[in-house]
Amino acid sequence: MSSNTIKYRNSFLREVEANVEEGEWVRMCMQCGVCSGSCPLGPHWEHPPQELFMMIRAGKREEVLSSSSMWMCTSCYNCIVRCPRELPITHIMHGLAHYAHKLGLAPKNQPTKKFAQLFWDNLSKKGRVNELKLGLSLYFMNGFGEGIKTALKMKDIGLGMYKAKRMNPFEIFGGHGCKDKKGLQAILKKAREIEDAKADQYPKV
Amino acid sequence: MAEKKKLGAYICKGCGIGDRLDIAQLKKTATREGKFAFAKDHDFLCNSDGVKMIQADIDAGEVDHIMIAACSRRAKTDAFRFDNVAMSRANLREGVIWVRPDTEEAEETTQEMADDYIRMACAEVKFMNPPSPSGEQGRVDHVLIVGGGFTGLTAAVEIAKAGYKATIVEQTGNLGGIARQLYKRIPTKAPYIDPQDTGIDALIKQVEENDNITVHLNSTVTKTSGAPGRFSVDISQESGSTKTENFGSIIQASGFKLYDANKLPEFSYGKSPDVVDQLGLEALAKAANGGAIKRPSDGKEVESVIFVQCAGQRSEKEGHLNYCSGHCCMTSIKQAMYFKDTNPDIDTMVVYSELRTPGAGGEDIYRSGQQKGVTFTKGIVSEVTPNGGNLKVKFKDLILDEEVESEADLVVLATGMEPKSGVNIDAIIVEEEEDESEENSKTIPIVPAESVLNLDYRQGPDLPQLVSGFTDSHFICFPYETRRTGIYAAGPVRRPMDMKQASEDATGAALKAIQALENAALGRAAHPRAGDLSFPRFRKEGCTQCKRCTVECPFGAINEDEDGYPVFNEARCRRCGTCMGACPVRVISFENYSVDTIGQAIKAVDIPDEFDEKPRILVLACENDAYPALDMAGMNRIEYSAYVRIAPVRCLGSVSMSWVTDALNNGYDGIILMGCQKGEDYQCHFVKGSEMAHTRMSKVDDTLTQLQLETERVETHEIAISDIQRVPEIINNMAATIEKIGMSPLKF
Ligand code: SF4
Ligand code: SF4
Ligand code: SF4
Repeated sequence: MSSNTIKYRNSFLREVEANVEEGEWVRMCMQCGVCSGSCPLGPHWEHPPQELFMMIRAGKREEVLSSSSMWMCTSCYNCIVRCPRELPITHIMHGLAHYAHKLGLAPKNQPTKKFAQLFWDNLSKKGRVNELKLGLSLYFMNGFGEGIKTALKMKDIGLGMYKAKRMNPFEIFGGHGCKDKKGLQAILKKAREIEDAKADQYPKV
Repeated sequence: MAEKKKLGAYICKGCGIGDRLDIAQLKKTATREGKFAFAKDHDFLCNSDGVKMIQADIDAGEVDHIMIAACSRRAKTDAFRFDNVAMSRANLREGVIWVRPDTEEAEETTQEMADDYIRMACAEVKFMNPPSPSGEQGRVDHVLIVGGGFTGLTAAVEIAKAGYKATIVEQTGNLGGIARQLYKRIPTKAPYIDPQDTGIDALIKQVEENDNITVHLNSTVTKTSGAPGRFSVDISQESGSTKTENFGSIIQASGFKLYDANKLPEFSYGKSPDVVDQLGLEALAKAANGGAIKRPSDGKEVESVIFVQCAGQRSEKEGHLNYCSGHCCMTSIKQAMYFKDTNPDIDTMVVYSELRTPGAGGEDIYRSGQQKGVTFTKGIVSEVTPNGGNLKVKFKDLILDEEVESEADLVVLATGMEPKSGVNIDAIIVEEEEDESEENSKTIPIVPAESVLNLDYRQGPDLPQLVSGFTDSHFICFPYETRRTGIYAAGPVRRPMDMKQASEDATGAALKAIQALENAALGRAAHPRAGDLSFPRFRKEGCTQCKRCTVECPFGAINEDEDGYPVFNEARCRRCGTCMGACPVRVISFENYSVDTIGQAIKAVDIPDEFDEKPRILVLACENDAYPALDMAGMNRIEYSAYVRIAPVRCLGSVSMSWVTDALNNGYDGIILMGCQKGEDYQCHFVKGSEMAHTRMSKVDDTLTQLQLETERVETHEIAISDIQRVPEIINNMAATIEKIGMSPLKF
């Protein structure tokens, strides 16, 4: 039996510590359950944060990384505020989600995941979020017909935002961006390289 | 005898007493009814002028028995402390004006209350004498310490530092006990991150170099007789030689042994050498001495280790310990650090059901363990089995709620502490009784144990135990204090603990031991009536050799002579009066507390006749908890019935049945006994007093029926010092009961 497959050995915990944002905090959880009890969405999670942390320590790699749980986090920060051990739970949830996505283990069709992808694609192009495009891509996320319906439903709000100068219809043609777009792309490339190098030591699927 | 006594009453008018009560009337009660030579009043009796007035009368030889009517006897004790006189106190403040409304209607009954308290205090002091030491005292500035482990050594050093002598008797050939088997100890200082040196070698050196400390190795105590201040102890060497020495007091630091892990076959202890208990792991760590820890079976460096918490403890299973040993969670964390500190890649998992890390550093130690990468899994281990070269550990993960298995090179069982407290003297008594009663009745098997102290006491050779073999001492209110005066228990023989707590224990017990020998030298009582000079005497002519006093004394103070008469060992006595309450012929008394002092006070109360519709309720209240609770009810101005008359008693155990019968015969309508909590989690300051009283009072219904009285008229309650709201309720409920069942027909 290789040490990787023995349950309750620390291999997966070490992987999380190495690859997941703030993952080195997982070991500090004392399993009090306050986070799970504080999470407004807790009842809808398959595995609330406390349980995820225990699963990580128990070496349940596939179950954790393919779980939809951490995608449920709305970043309300209730848990962070309350955790007696001061774990940055919210950040760990996003870190886990990101790592799962990167390994291709994240559940398909998870709406939060889809939105996150849209947001990232939108942002990473020019270094600024194009809100008009982001909104539209969100409306049409689930198909053309659905998109039209949603757009019509939202038209009054859109009009209001336009009048209040909160939205510029011309953004549809490209829109604003940061100054050094090339530099941005270079930074992102480098970051990805570093992350990949770390994650390469671990199995993909 | 009352004639020869010079009786003087002093009545205070301060704190509103003068405004609320008719002082002239009170003075008349003291002189006319109490037959006191004089009664003086003062605006402010407890101030220096008032105290001077009393002292001047004493110095002038005008008075040797004084009655002070002012605040509670628990208040102003420093001001009202006079040597060589007998004194009683009438509680007019907390007991009368503070519990009665200041209204015109209430005036009459409030005054009656005050008058009665004057009558009671006058009667009480008339039957008292100023207590003086018996002359039986001894003084030896030398403390015996039984056990040369960490606790005993610490106590010895503390005693020597305080300028007294200490002698350590150690059974084995070495000092240091179990602490010497440890590689390191749980961190005791901030930031509580790393295991710490035990310091035991330095401590042993300190003891060996100290001229005030004598050490006897390979020795045991083969006989202990005498009393605090003059214990005579036989110290026997393994070689056979015995020497007798005198000691002022004794500390029993006989320590613990580890629960036998062989009793846990499910964990394969004994089957696989790679399953060890915590001391086994210490031995491995000591051998490794900072290097890689190797597993015993094949010497392979340990790469993974699982700690099984609560092995055979905190469990109700047959043969298991049902308590928590308190230190083992932290010990496992410390031991996991042994691995992590040499190589962070070693997998260390602690499987716990509840992780308990008491003490200031506990949480930091836990965090430090996590920080170092020790994994903590909430679960319950069911089985450990050898599996090829490894060990398979089956457990239930309580968070993920599933039965799982893991593997490890080494398994450490966190087994519990068992006290080495010697012979369970209660078990012996049970056996004797059963033997006597029926020949083929099954005797309760007693686990053979060697006596630690070999006390030459009628009550048995060792300290009484409370539960699970630990010596009886109140963990919170009076630790170290055992049921044998002048003998203090410290360390894990008293309750499970770690070294940090043991060192605090040793220091506390050392101070108590010094206090005990000093008090004994002056003939003063130890806790809780510390400083009391009175002691029980008995009238031999009246004694029927019934042995009740010897049996019921919670502190083993009374021996028997050849004829079966009690022999009181004054210095062992705590002055609880349980013997006095037990004595069916009422021949036991103290100078300042007797069947008469309270009995006469009860009789002194004016009992209005049946048609006055003014019942009288007698409360006999333990002075340790119930009386202060009543005082505090007064301080909080909680009203209660004006028909109550409260007499404080030393302990409910001292209550003589004659007080109850006499009170009923005198026409009291109700009687309430207020004592401390009894039983396993007792609060009774005299340990058994309240329990004895409850047992005696369980037969009171017969008395009531004989007198053709309703059984509701007598109640016994367990009162905590915090029952400030409850005590007035109990009194008022009794008043309501009497209203319902009617007045006692026994008024004359
Ligand atoms: S609140 Fe913090 S310590 Fe408690 S279970 Fe959640 S993460 Fe763990
Ligand atoms: S931040 Fe996320 S995990 Fe924490 S309580 Fe909010 S939704 Fe739940
Ligand atoms: S029963 Fe109490 S008062 Fe009597 S001898 Fe024992 S300790 Fe002393």
